[in-house]
Amino acid sequence: MSIAVRPNTPADPPVPAGADEQGGAMATTATTTPALARPPRRSSPQLRRRRRRDALLFCALIGPNLLAIIVFSYYPALYNIGLSFFDWDFVAPTPEFVGLENYTGLFTSPAFGEVMANTVIFTLVSVLGSIIGGILLGSLLASKLPLTGFAQTMAFAPHMLPGAAVGILWLFMFDPNYGLSRWFFSLFGADSPDWTTTSDWSLWAITIAYTWQRLGFVTVICYTAILDLPKSLYEAAALDGAHGWKLFRHLTLPLLSPITFFLSITGIISAAQAFDIISIMTGGGPGRSSSTLSWMVYDEAFQKFDIGTASAAATVLLVLLLVLTFVQVRIGEKKVNYDS
Amino acid sequence: MSTATLETDQVTGTPVPQNRGRRRGPRRPLWLTGLMFAGVLGVIAVFLVPLYWLFSSALKPQDQIYTWPLQWIPGQLTLDNFLEAWNSAPFDRFFLNSIITTAVGTFLELTLAILCAYAFVFVEFRFKKIAFVLIIASLMLPGHVTLIVNYITVANLGWLNSYQGIILPGIASAFAMFLLYQYMRTIDKDILQAAEIDGAGHLRRMLAIVVPLSSPMILTATLIVMVSKWNEYVWPLIVTSTADMRTLPIGLLFLRSQEGYSNWGVIMAGAVFVSLPMLILFFLAQKRIIGGLAAGALK
Repeated sequence: MSIAVRPNTPADPPVPAGADEQGGAMATTATTTPALARPPRRSSPQLRRRRRRDALLFCALIGPNLLAIIVFSYYPALYNIGLSFFDWDFVAPTPEFVGLENYTGLFTSPAFGEVMANTVIFTLVSVLGSIIGGILLGSLLASKLPLTGFAQTMAFAPHMLPGAAVGILWLFMFDPNYGLSRWFFSLFGADSPDWTTTSDWSLWAITIAYTWQRLGFVTVICYTAILDLPKSLYEAAALDGAHGWKLFRHLTLPLLSPITFFLSITGIISAAQAFDIISIMTGGGPGRSSSTLSWMVYDEAFQKFDIGTASAAATVLLVLLLVLTFVQVRIGEKKVNYDS
Repeated sequence: MSTATLETDQVTGTPVPQNRGRRRGPRRPLWLTGLMFAGVLGVIAVFLVPLYWLFSSALKPQDQIYTWPLQWIPGQLTLDNFLEAWNSAPFDRFFLNSIITTAVGTFLELTLAILCAYAFVFVEFRFKKIAFVLIIASLMLPGHVTLIVNYITVANLGWLNSYQGIILPGIASAFAMFLLYQYMRTIDKDILQAAEIDGAGHLRRMLAIVVPLSSPMILTATLIVMVSKWNEYVWPLIVTSTADMRTLPIGLLFLRSQEGYSNWGVIMAGAVFVSLPMLILFFLAQKRIIGGLAAGALK
């Protein structure tokens, strides 16, 4: 509410916020209507009162949302950084200050290295996979062949499902004895790997399931973007004799680059936070083989009650994602034209 | 876009010049069209087969699941798996909890979003820009970073394992607010000015003019918010501690740990419980949902 006070000129007498909501609104609109016709530079008492009333109304309208955002987003993000310098277990009456110990602990432990490597692999593969797949599928759907509408619907459907359901469906499909995986590998005369129960495969299992869920969303965004591309450029290129692959490579891809860029950044941000699929398919295991940073935050905080380590890991996640977002905004300003 | 031109186009395989960007100059060779169509069928298979597998397994008797070669088409259909899932975990509570938290949470978030978007579009204020950036920038804060402190906050409020504890931390709205903001900006300001001259205050103008005019986007935003609340996983997992407060996605984890790998039919039936409401919603309103999400991403 401190923002609310500042714009008011000090001379204005304080008016209770709620009092002029209705009755006051009627009265002042009646007086300000003629005021609008006057030269706008002169700030009459009516105009000032109206401005102050608007300011109060504005604060009342955005107040609840802003308050919720501050209490449940900004405050916890900052507080979390603070917690990362303490040792705590949720139970002890006061957290113990340990300085940078949690961070040195993280960066010297091989476990954290493994978790970071898993996070990078999971993120890179799922983002690259969904974007390459999404552009190809999006162009395919934009061809307007029969059934493309149905294909779009089917591709998008998994994006609507809870990650828990997607995870458990893939867990079944990856069952080496009775799942679709056995059938698929038997086509090549091979046995299905033990996807979720061996550390060689578990990371790939969650990556595949996650990419499958995300692919439809990326496809539909690419498809919409392709339909929005300027037709005139294609006509000109066609006159120059470009077609097929050449046209796709030298016209469609470059024109899509802002979208691709946007999708890769937002893709990284959501992949780095993927949780439900991991939780239900592997629980980060076996061992740490499918633990990502977001799983680690949960595991350390809510299963091992090591709040210091968990909040330090969360802070690492925050810094990484903020750097990425910053890069996106900076490059986005240069490259992307946001005129709608 | 006329379907007539598109259809002749499909029959002859000749691109029609006035069509969309992807239709270009020289004709596409027949083999390429064939290849692309095979690609479309492949896409459908990749997404349809797992979903078919989900539903068909839920309807199969157990002996048809634990068999090799795989039984693609169920020899007989049964609802036993659903009954068993319903009895082995308190799914009635899961449903109730999911419905309550989704409905109340969506209502609250949309209310905040409408009030907020209205203020940004129609009310003058000197520090509007700062407030706007503050709200939109919260989209960039990864939710996982706030988990620990939100848990502490909710615990201090005495809201652990309660509906308000599940719902309230999620009602802050940036995405839905942004969608509504974009939409309200297109509303003709003259109508509002006329109403103002007629003596309608902001509250009247919002409820009688802006909300009805924005109803298509309000509906879209409601659907998108609803889906994300229904699917919410990590927060309800942390904040609830007894089975009778769990929501459906957490119930699925519960069911899995009870049934293990030994009873896929029952687990798939549980997954159908969780997924079916969202699938129905999606098939009824897919244009709206896809359009809203695409608008949010492309703008």
